[in-house]
Amino acid sequence: MEIKSDKFLDCKGLNCPLPILKTKKAIEDLQIGQILEMHATDPGSKNDMAAWSKRTGNEIIKTNENNGVFIFFVRKTSL
Amino acid sequence: MAEKKPKKRIAIIASKGTLDMAYPPLILATTAIAMDMEAGIFFTFYGLNIIKKSTMNSLKIAPLGNPAMPVPMPNIIGALPGMTAMATVMMKSWMGKANVATIPQLIQTAIDGGVRLWACQMAMEVMGLKKSDLIDGIEDPVGAATFLDYAVDADVSLFI
Repeated sequence: MEIKSDKFLDCKGLNCPLPILKTKKAIEDLQIGQILEMHATDPGSKNDMAAWSKRTGNEIIKTNENNGVFIFFVRKTSL
Repeated sequence: MAEKKPKKRIAIIASKGTLDMAYPPLILATTAIAMDMEAGIFFTFYGLNIIKKSTMNSLKIAPLGNPAMPVPMPNIIGALPGMTAMATVMMKSWMGKANVATIPQLIQTAIDGGVRLWACQMAMEVMGLKKSDLIDGIEDPVGAATFLDYAVDADVSLFI
C-alpha cells in the first residue's frame, strides 16, 4: 500500500546522532496525524528509530530497506 | 499521553577535554532531548575546554600513549612535535568523511534543545577562567551540590 507522506527528510550519509536529531526537529513542524518520510543510510538508525519511537510515542507505521537506504514512515502522535 | 508523565532525565559529568571524549556527553544529551528527555551536563576540569570559546573549535586527540588510534603510532613517534596536530587533522578528516557532526554544531544543538550546561566553579578558579571565557547560552557556574541536586532525580547518570 502506498503511504502518502506530508514531509520528506533526507538523512542519507549522516551518522549518529544526526538522523534522530533531524527527525525530531522535522516532526515538530507537523500536525498530529501527519506523516514524515525519512531516508537514512546509517545502519544503526533502524534500532535507533525504534527506540526513539518508543520513547516519544511517535509511531513508525512502515519501514523499508532499499539498496542500503532505510526508509521510515513516522506518524506524529504526540506533541 | 507521553507529555503527562514526568520526563526522564540524564545527568552527565564531562571531565575530559580531548576531541574524542567531547563527543559522548554531547551526543547523549542532544539525543536525550530528541527522545523527550531532560538533559544536563556538568563540565569540570579539562571538560571545560568543550565550552571554552578559545578551545571548543580546536579540541585535539593525542597519539602518544593511545594504542587505540585507527593508525597505531609508536609512542616514540607520537612524542615528536606536531604529532598531536597531525593525529587531530587525520581524525577530523575521517569524521568529516563519515558526516559526523562537529563539536560546535552539537553544542549549538544542545543549547537550542534546552540541555542545561553548567561549568564547575571550582575548576574555573583552578584554570583561571572567567565566565566571559566560556560560550554564551550556558548556566551560571555552580558547584557539586547543584549538579547532585539535578542528578539525584535523574534516571541515567554518567561520568565521562
